[in-house]
Amino acid sequence: MFQFDSFADFMTMDGHGVYVWVSYLITLVVMVWLLVWPLVASRHTRKAVRRGAARQERFAKPRGSAEEPDG
Amino acid sequence: MASFYQWFHRLGAPKSFYFLTGKWLPWLALATGVLLVAGTVWGLGFAPQDAKQGNSYRIIFIHVPAAFLSLAGYYVMAVAGAIGLIWRMKLSFMVMKAAAPLGAALTFVSLFTGALWGKPTWGTYWVWDARITSMLVLFFLYLGVLALQYAYRSGDAANKASAVLALVGTVNIPIIYKSVDWWYTLHQPATLKLTGASTIHPEMLYPLLVMIAAFYCFYALALILATRAEILHRERRTAWVAELDGG
Repeated sequence: MFQFDSFADFMTMDGHGVYVWVSYLITLVVMVWLLVWPLVASRHTRKAVRRGAARQERFAKPRGSAEEPDG
Repeated sequence: MASFYQWFHRLGAPKSFYFLTGKWLPWLALATGVLLVAGTVWGLGFAPQDAKQGNSYRIIFIHVPAAFLSLAGYYVMAVAGAIGLIWRMKLSFMVMKAAAPLGAALTFVSLFTGALWGKPTWGTYWVWDARITSMLVLFFLYLGVLALQYAYRSGDAANKASAVLALVGTVNIPIIYKSVDWWYTLHQPATLKLTGASTIHPEMLYPLLVMIAAFYCFYALALILATRAEILHRERRTAWVAELDGG
């Protein structure tokens, strides 16, 4: 059964609301950060690898082969 | 048994680990999400009020799981470091490196929520009590392992130094567990006991167990994600990483 009479009651928690809600909020922020940073780092690495591969492809091609032949 | 060794050996190769865990991730994320939402709603709204502490005790549903995982995570880091030292397993050091910021963050959460719980309950945010001080030491041990990773130019030396510090630091773990029994502390004694009855009402115990399960899943998820990021970075010049997008 829900322990509070109203939403306002749920927020204030008889004066303990601030402590409880700030605890949960900080925990949420830390947990989100722990999941987001490795995803961002992985994406960063993969992007760098893609860029490196594209550059290598350009260098590997014989000179002029990328341009349209003249007239 | 042979097939287990094969499986373990394959898991030890960073590339296999990357592909294998890639299949686990969606399920682990789903379990983490469901358990976290269920446990949070249950603990915040539906668990009964505490007779002595009122509503402030609801912090227990994140404080205790975070503290559990900050201790369990230390073993993960130390054991990974030991395996790396003994068998020279590359992946093992990557797990150790991933476990350091994760453990530090969870120790921070448990200290922070503990301080916010302490204010309405004890009348103070902080006391230099045995339990709290030994948890602060744990936090600095995590930071130390993290700092050593960046203190050496050679990755190999950094890994060895980190692993040794992690192993030496395990002395602190039983001290944390036993601190509430060995010293007269302000911190309340353990809520959950492996042997004997837990000192908590079942209506509060069940959401707490859900949250502990949720934090274990979260830990596994975060550790795997961080290890995968490290694998990609260390193996960025290999063919299989290049083929991830192109192939």
